[in-house]
Amino acid sequence: MLCDDCHKNEANIHITQISSEGKIDKHLCEACAAKYGDFPPPGAKDFTVNDFLKGIFGKPVEEQETPPPTGLVCPNCGMTFEDFAHSGKIGCSVCYDTFRRQITPLLTRIHGASAHSGKIPRRSGGALVARREVEILKEKLNNAVKNEEYENAAKYRDEIRALEKKMSERARAKKEATGDAGE
Amino acid sequence: MPVNDIYRDYRLPWFGAAGKSSDVAISSRIRLARNFERLPFPNRADLKQLAEAQRRAASVFSEVENAAGMEFDVVGMDGLTPLERQVLVEKQLITENLVKQPQYRSAYISANRSASIMVNEEDHLRIQCMAPGLDLASPFELATKMDDVIESRLDIAFDEKMGYLTSCPTNLGTGLRATVLLHLPGLNYTRNMSNISNISQQLGLSVRGLYGEGSETVGNIFSVSNQMTLGFTEQGLIDNLTSAVSEIIEHERRARKALMMYSRERIEDAVWRAYGVLKYARSLGEGETLELISKVRLGLDLGLIHEAAAEKFAELIVASRPSYLKNLAGNENLAGTELAHERASVVRRILTDADE
Repeated sequence: MLCDDCHKNEANIHITQISSEGKIDKHLCEACAAKYGDFPPPGAKDFTVNDFLKGIFGKPVEEQETPPPTGLVCPNCGMTFEDFAHSGKIGCSVCYDTFRRQITPLLTRIHGASAHSGKIPRRSGGALVARREVEILKEKLNNAVKNEEYENAAKYRDEIRALEKKMSERARAKKEATGDAGE
Repeated sequence: MPVNDIYRDYRLPWFGAAGKSSDVAISSRIRLARNFERLPFPNRADLKQLAEAQRRAASVFSEVENAAGMEFDVVGMDGLTPLERQVLVEKQLITENLVKQPQYRSAYISANRSASIMVNEEDHLRIQCMAPGLDLASPFELATKMDDVIESRLDIAFDEKMGYLTSCPTNLGTGLRATVLLHLPGLNYTRNMSNISNISQQLGLSVRGLYGEGSETVGNIFSVSNQMTLGFTEQGLIDNLTSAVSEIIEHERRARKALMMYSRERIEDAVWRAYGVLKYARSLGEGETLELISKVRLGLDLGLIHEAAAEKFAELIVASRPSYLKNLAGNENLAGTELAHERASVVRRILTDADE
């Protein structure tokens, strides 16, 4: 259909004008529609990725396995899941841990992947290295128990305890150092 | 170079200077998004927490300067006039996001203007480094050097599975966004740009016009960047972008050759007309100027015109942006006609200098 005003361009906007003389329906092209007022309406252009994300999270899709949790609050910054669904923005680094189960499926949609394989920071990655070590030791411990090598098992258990103690000490020190930032 | 000059100088060492494939590739940029552990992201932080992020950044800065081997100017956004902020945005040294709420937002800008670190943009830190032509390797190397120092001193938010944690989940993982700015008049005039954007999307890249609104672009300058940031290594993302961009560059060169073969006279005429208007016009519109600059630059790259050095045309782009001109004139409320007049006289001056 061609535009009712210029009769040149394809009409792709339908407007209804209501005035004292009654109701007029018009099919217009974008250029002609612009003469009738703001088009696109103000605000429609400031569309960010966050609007998209909150759209995805705002309404639970059938395929989403985890139902939106009510009452889940980030202990560090106080953000709730509803806040996230509302703004599409994440509050702090701890939120990623708090809402891990809800965020992970979203990551697959955005990136086609949900696991990082790039650079690891030396300092904050230190805990990661220790954690990986603990995992390996636990695996060894399980195997040792299975094979009834109790002497080895005891050795692994002590190593795990020592590592975990070191990790929790480090975490506590870090918490104290940045404690005032949490509120 | 003193900071005041940054608002009046229209030269940028990475924008329009000679580099690899610089007949098509204008510049390359690496941006890393980093956040401090536990401290709420800028969009959720209160003023005290924003100040804390600034304090942490400042605490390591002299080491960052040493590692980068260059000096930086510290620019607090709340200390600038709105025009000065916009000039920095136009020069791509900072982003619009940093100036939306200028309180407790700052930028470290290297003295040579090819690297900057924004504090409290969408993330606590945004490290960005630029280079002329198609060259993502050297800005990545520099950005990594600065990042290494920062993360060896400060606790950076990181998760084993999700990588570097960012305010927006679209930057998660590597936090790396690599962008190449391309001048694509050949592909645009031969109506191939929609093909290029469609194919690029399938390769996980986004292609956008740098200037112009919505789908309408002016000046034939496009930015190509990686869309995904998680699940790939930094090198993998850079290699993927570099190979796709090299392909686009080849297509652009082919399109230019085809244009020359089929309509050399028309192109030549358009190039010289554009040059004539830029050089002698008394009033120039914003979009009009970008279109004319693009044509003359194409003429230079095709060897149709030798009247000015190629770098001049990137300088003309910077110097013809509205905030730059308003700031230069010292008048925030310059009317449209006055602005167009001012633009024409600045463009004339740069082209005349080039001739001498």
